[in-house]
Amino acid sequence: MKTPAIDMKGVWFSYDKTPILKDVTLTLKQGDFLAILGPNGGGKTTLLKLLLGLLKPDRGVIKVLGESPHDAKYRVGYLPQNTDFNTTFPISVMDVAIMGRLSRYRIGKPYSRDDRSQVESALKQAGIWDYRHAPIGSLSGGQRQRVFIARALATDPEILFLDEPTASVDPDFEMGLFELLRELNRKATIVIITHDVGVISRNVKSVACVNRTLIFHEEGKITPEMLDMAYHCPVDLIAHGIPHRVLPTHTEE
Amino acid sequence: MWEALQLDFMRNALLAGVLVSISCGIIGSLVVVNRIVFISGGIAHAAFGGIGLAFFLGFSPFLGAALFAFGVSMIMGVVSFKARHRSDTIIGVLWAIGMAVGVILIDLTPGYHVDLMSYLFGSILTVPTSDLWMMVILNAAILLTVVIFYKEFIAMSYDEEFAFVVGIPVRPLYFALLGMTALSVVMTIQVVGLILVIALLTIPPYIAENFTRSLGQMMAVASILGVCFTLAGLGLSYAYDLTSGATIILVAGVGFFVFQMIGLLKRKGGRHL
Repeated sequence: MKTPAIDMKGVWFSYDKTPILKDVTLTLKQGDFLAILGPNGGGKTTLLKLLLGLLKPDRGVIKVLGESPHDAKYRVGYLPQNTDFNTTFPISVMDVAIMGRLSRYRIGKPYSRDDRSQVESALKQAGIWDYRHAPIGSLSGGQRQRVFIARALATDPEILFLDEPTASVDPDFEMGLFELLRELNRKATIVIITHDVGVISRNVKSVACVNRTLIFHEEGKITPEMLDMAYHCPVDLIAHGIPHRVLPTHTEE
Repeated sequence: MWEALQLDFMRNALLAGVLVSISCGIIGSLVVVNRIVFISGGIAHAAFGGIGLAFFLGFSPFLGAALFAFGVSMIMGVVSFKARHRSDTIIGVLWAIGMAVGVILIDLTPGYHVDLMSYLFGSILTVPTSDLWMMVILNAAILLTVVIFYKEFIAMSYDEEFAFVVGIPVRPLYFALLGMTALSVVMTIQVVGLILVIALLTIPPYIAENFTRSLGQMMAVASILGVCFTLAGLGLSYAYDLTSGATIILVAGVGFFVFQMIGLLKRKGGRHL
């Protein structure tokens, strides 16, 4: 059997004394496309940061591709939730996106021609190539998010983590983005945090709902337990006018 | 003015000004974009403890300041990671303690009355040639480090979290930056004194940031601006017999305000476009 893409066992995490995640266990196989749902403040982003090695769990074990996060000898792509920082920094769109080509193995060496062509195609896929020379601070929020998506794509990752990739982009781009992600999913595992339940029914293979604890559904369905646990989910469902087929009844199961 | 250049000490002063401006342009840019201006101020003032120690034990004040500044910068680095929410307070405390230690050690040094003013406000007119060579070496080391790790420094400065995720050793880089800041600060103390270091470290990069499109350009423009301010300040201080360090900083200060005014007018004008 292949090493799982993500393997979390009994993971606990708290900020100061406030528990954020309790006893989270999750095994995700390689090639999966996981959506993480849940209310704001439920611990979604914390979960992602644990997987990226940005935070360390109080208890429990986390393995990413069989290794501890951050030490894992692979490349991860990462789109942060907030792309609205350091807007006065003197840096061009191109120079932000090319950060996706950084790695610990090439510290101190300049970017290669190959890096540049990877970034070119990532910027084109994200539809922001025309702005490559623009200072990052001159872009709108939606444009900037495209740049950061391009940066995540340029990593050519084995696992791609996206925190709210559709937060400020227009619906057209959103469709294109998921087409792109489905394509990418042929060779990479994708983990996406989203509020948009509509996305789930059409694109993802599995769903997890996070609100202090985690419920995982491998078939990409939102189960009644998830709704019980995180009652914000159905509110989103109604708000987005999603067909009911994402909600299997007990008889279907 | 031109006869001034015939004088050895004036030539040394000019060279010191140029060398310091280059290191301040490069490191100052990193200091500004990484928002560690306060740490730099702390390092500069705490370095005075090293100057006192050097007098007390009888070795070169330049070396004393360098060792002390370097040590303090590493402590401040640890503090800013370990005690994130109170790091500014602790840096402020170290800042003051360093100075106090320096003053007391000089008090305790028998039979030696050090001209404190020359360390507080600089002594660019008395830079010995040996110190110039030291500055050349330090400048070369800083330039080389920044050139080699240029893309890593950009990543750390712009998006530390992402840099960490892709495996860039963010902490060692941060400590390297603090160490280089300490060395630049010590060089700059010679020119404008430890109280005024911050101005030379921040004003040129701040102005440069606004019309450059990359960190490298920002560093280059900041260095050139620094050279202009330093040389103009030195000329004025010679012509009107003023304290050189303070004159240099005032010239930089005028540059800062002129730039702010231009920015303000531009924004106002921009609205009509």
